Amino acid sequence: MRKFKPYGLIALLLASIAFPIAFPSPAITTIAFFTLLYAAAATAWNIFAGYTGYIALGHAAYVGIGSYAMAIFCKDWNLQGGYLPFVLIPLAGIVAALVSIPMGWIALRTRKHTFVVVTIAMFFVFQLMAFNLRGLTNGSVGMTLPIPTDWSGAFFNFPFYYVALAILLVALGHSWWIRHSKYGLGLLAIRDDEERARGLGVKTGQFKLTAFVISAFYVGMVGALHAYFIESLYPAFAFDPLFDLVIALMCFLGGLGTLSGPILGAIILEPTQQYFTMRFSQNGYYLIIYGAMFLAIILFLPDGILPTLSRWLAKRQSSGTVRDGEDSDSVQVQAPSPNAEGVTR
Amino acid sequence: MTLILDAFITGLLSGAIYALMASGLTLIFGVMDIINVGQGALVILGAYLSFFLQQHFHIDLFVGLLITMPTMFLLGVGLELAFIRPIKRNRTTLSILITFAISLIIEGLLSLVFTTNLVQMHAWYVDTSLRIGNFYLAWVYIFDFALSAVLLGALYIVLYRTKFGYALRASMQNRTAAELVGINVERISAITFGIGVALAAAGGMAYGATTTFNPNSLYDLISRLLVIIILGGMGSLRGALIAALGMLVIEDITSVVWSPIWANTVFFMLLVVVLVLRPQGLFGQLEGRKQ
Repeated sequence: MRKFKPYGLIALLLASIAFPIAFPSPAITTIAFFTLLYAAAATAWNIFAGYTGYIALGHAAYVGIGSYAMAIFCKDWNLQGGYLPFVLIPLAGIVAALVSIPMGWIALRTRKHTFVVVTIAMFFVFQLMAFNLRGLTNGSVGMTLPIPTDWSGAFFNFPFYYVALAILLVALGHSWWIRHSKYGLGLLAIRDDEERARGLGVKTGQFKLTAFVISAFYVGMVGALHAYFIESLYPAFAFDPLFDLVIALMCFLGGLGTLSGPILGAIILEPTQQYFTMRFSQNGYYLIIYGAMFLAIILFLPDGILPTLSRWLAKRQSSGTVRDGEDSDSVQVQAPSPNAEGVTR
Repeated sequence: MTLILDAFITGLLSGAIYALMASGLTLIFGVMDIINVGQGALVILGAYLSFFLQQHFHIDLFVGLLITMPTMFLLGVGLELAFIRPIKRNRTTLSILITFAISLIIEGLLSLVFTTNLVQMHAWYVDTSLRIGNFYLAWVYIFDFALSAVLLGALYIVLYRTKFGYALRASMQNRTAAELVGINVERISAITFGIGVALAAAGGMAYGATTTFNPNSLYDLISRLLVIIILGGMGSLRGALIAALGMLVIEDITSVVWSPIWANTVFFMLLVVVLVLRPQGLFGQLEGRKQ
C-alpha cells in the first residue's frame, strides 16, 4: 500500500500543475484558483481544529487581517501590479499570525464549548474594527489593490493559480509534518483527552496556541492572495462570516483531522459553490442551498468521506483476508470521537 | 450628566430586550449542552412574523405574540426533533454547525420573501414618545421592558415552581443522573428548545419595534447574544440577565460620552477583559472533566 503512495502523489501534483495549461479558459481557471485557495485554507484550519478537536469559527478574522495587511503594504510602499506583491504574501501571513497570538491566548483560556463562541465573537470584533479604524482600513469605503495591468485576460489567472498551489503545498507539507511528529501526537492527545494529555506531560496550552498561530498564518496568506486577486477590499466581504462555515464544512465532508480530507472536501464543495453562485446569483437561493447541503452532510455523513470509506474498506478487508497492519496515513487519525461518552475511561 | 442618565435608562430598557433573547440561548445551552447559533436568525424570523401579521392582518405587535410565540415554539420543537436529536456523538460541536446551517436557511428564506430592504415597524407606541424633562423615550421601550419582565418572570415561575421546572433544572445539573432518576430528558430537551425559540420570537418583536432590521441583522444580533451569554457564564440565566443589562448600559453610555462608532467595540473589549480575568464568565461554573 505504502509503495504506491509517492506515484499517486506525483501524478496528482503533475495533474494540478498541468491543469491550467490543459484548460486555459479563464472561467475554469478561476474556479480552479478558488478551489486551491479554499483547499489551502481548509488544510490550515484542519491543522488547528482537526488535530486538537477545538472547533474555531473565527478564522475569517485572519483572512481579513491578511487581506488588509496586503492592501496596506501595497498602498504604503506604492507597489505596482505585477509579480512583486506576491512576495508580500508571507509577510501578510506573519501579520495575521502575530495578531492571532494574543487572540488565541485569550480564546484558549476557555474550553471547547465556550471556545467556539469566543472565536465567533472575536471575529465580529475584527470586522467591527475594519469598519471603525478608518485611518488604517478606509472604513466602509474600502481599499483597492494594484492591478497587474500588463497581464492579458487569458494569462491573468495563471500566476494566481500557481501561487495558490504553492501555498496549498506548503500548508499540506506542514500539516503532514505535524501529523507525523511528536508535536502532532501531542495535539491528537489533546483532542482525545486533554486532561490526561496534560497529566502525561503534554504542554497543552503551548501546543494549542502554536497550532492556532500556524493555522492563522496560512489563512492570512490565503486572505492576502484572495485580496490581490479580487483587487478590492470591503470590511463586510474581507471579514466574511460564511468563510468559517465553508471551510469547516469542507473539513467535515472530507474527514476532520485527516491529512487529505480537507482538500477532498474543497475539491467537491468549491466548484459546487461556484456553480450555485453563478446559477442562482440571487442571494437567498444560494444561502438556502448551501445551508441544506450542510445539514445533509452533517446528518448523513458526520465522520466525513475518508474515514467512512476507510472503515468500509477495513471491514471488507477483515472479512476477506487477515488485516495487514493499519495504513499509516490519514486513516488511523480518526480515533473515536473525543466527546463519545464512555470512551474516555 | 443628564445625557449619561438618559443613556443609562435607554441602556437598561434595551438591555431587557437582549436579556429576553439571551435567556433562550443560555437556557438551551444549560439543558442540552448545545449552542444555538441560529438564535439570531430565529429572533429576526420572529420580528418578521410580527411584522407580517401587522401588515397583512392588522394585528397589534404585542397581541401578535399570542400567535407568533406558540408558532415559534412548535418550530423549535420541530427543529430539535429533526436536526438536533439525530446527532449522537460530538453533540456540542456538530450542533453549532447545524444551527449555523439552519440560520443560513432562515436568512435565505427571509431575503427571498421579504427582500433585504430595511424594515421599520409602526404602531402608536413606536411613533410617540414619553417626555421626561428634556428626554424623550418611545413608549415601546417601556412596553418592551414590561414584556421582558413578564416573560422572564413567567420563565422563573416555570423553572422554580413547577414539576417540569424541577425536571428541567435536574437535566441542567446532570443529564445522565436526571435520566437515571426517571426524567425524560429527551422530552425536556425538545420543550426547552421550543421555549428558547419562543423567547426568541418575543425578543424579535421587541427588537424589531425599537430598530430597523433586515435579514442581515442576525449577524450583529448573534454576536451580541453570544458575548452576553459568555459574559454571564454559559448556562446561567441570572448571568445572562445581568450581562445583558450591563452590556447595553455600558454601550449606550459609551456612545454618549465617547462616540457611537466605538460603542460596539467597548462591548467586545469587556468580553476580552472578563475572559482574561474569569474564563468561566461572571456566573459560570468551571467546566469539570466530562465523563
